[in-house]
Amino acid sequence: MREQQAKKVRVATCSLAGCFGCHMSLLDIDERLIDLVELVEFDRSPITDIKEVGPSDLGLIEGGVCNAENVEVLRAFRRQCKTLVAVGACAITGGVPAMRNHYPLHECLDEAYVNGLGVQDGGIPNDPELPLLLNQVHPIHEVVKVDYFLPGCPPAADTIWTFLEQLLSGKPVEFAYRQIHYD
Amino acid sequence: MIEHFSLDGKRIPFQPGQTIMDAAMQAGEYIPHLCHNPEFRPRGSCRLCVVRANGRSVAACTSPAREGLEVESDTPDIQADRRSLLQMLFVEGNHLCPACEKSGNCQLQAVAYYCGMLAPDFTHLYPVRELDGSHPDFVLDFNRCILCELCVRASRDADAKGVFGISGRGIGAHLIVNAPSGKLGDTDFDPHDRAAQVCPVGAILPKHKGYDVPIGRRIYDRKPVSLVGDVADHQEDMS
Ligand code: SF4
Repeated sequence: MREQQAKKVRVATCSLAGCFGCHMSLLDIDERLIDLVELVEFDRSPITDIKEVGPSDLGLIEGGVCNAENVEVLRAFRRQCKTLVAVGACAITGGVPAMRNHYPLHECLDEAYVNGLGVQDGGIPNDPELPLLLNQVHPIHEVVKVDYFLPGCPPAADTIWTFLEQLLSGKPVEFAYRQIHYD
Repeated sequence: MIEHFSLDGKRIPFQPGQTIMDAAMQAGEYIPHLCHNPEFRPRGSCRLCVVRANGRSVAACTSPAREGLEVESDTPDIQADRRSLLQMLFVEGNHLCPACEKSGNCQLQAVAYYCGMLAPDFTHLYPVRELDGSHPDFVLDFNRCILCELCVRASRDADAKGVFGISGRGIGAHLIVNAPSGKLGDTDFDPHDRAAQVCPVGAILPKHKGYDVPIGRRIYDRKPVSLVGDVADHQEDMS
């Protein structure tokens, strides 16, 4: 039993500037989750609540990079994971959060925390614990090398499953036409 | 007399004067393209239809077919070049498909699916571009314009209006509207214009019907562009 466990593929996942929708889609593989946990064990992930990523075989990154903490976490994932995957539109293009790239950062902050509808005694949060925002939101391949891309908002559960199954069994990763979409 | 050339090993008949693209389309063979529409004079600007004809790279939409020509299109290296072109088109604009009403009916997406592009993994430019909502029935979103000039050609040649033009050069090239204010609402642009129906992307969008057909049930959601053809031929599916 122990030997079997030692052979499991170690998977780490995280959501940077994302909405956790891609993680929900992973959970959407439904009863195939039972097959999956036979094959993998989880390292850092919202599923385990482990806070720091350790040596892993596969890293799944949801979301783009919008602040200094995202950069740090992403770099740690790259250091620790043999294979790194950009999962979903935000990791791949910046996605909806990148819509702020049209505006200067201070305008976004003013709009949310100073001039926003219903804001009273507004002020831009400046607690030192808060990670500093980057000027623009970036896709993760602009910060680290990415080995695979899984598009979609989110990628369908079936797409994620096909990917994991083929990757874990060492087959070339190939998708049916309907499994790949950018929306 | 009918002459022939070969396209990826298939015998394609053509009439003298036809381009490689004309003959391929007539024979039901797909060569990827974005700026081409057989209704209008070819531009050869998007470069997606570049094929190898007797070893030379040429745009299929502007190169005449010739007897005995050996044309290669669907090869791994040509498809890889097409993916690079597509990736550049994506990162040069702001293509946030999940937030775009055209998604699923978009030919840029469809051609990218066909060519196997998983991600535009170049550095994103994130240009700052305008929206023009001044027209009662249409919105212009310059973030998604790929400069195919189909609206320019359709408005000039089919509608005899000349509503659109391209200004600037190189990375500064951009779509403009022929009105002193530069606003679509100040032109005689009309929903029945051919120019209103030829945009392959979500740059010229009809208002008030964005999601009448839900995502997942659109033209290219089910079948590849190589089977269903150009978006300009599917106006009925989009309204
Ligand atoms: S125009 Fe096409 S490629 Fe661009 S955002 Fe819209 S759906 Fe995506």
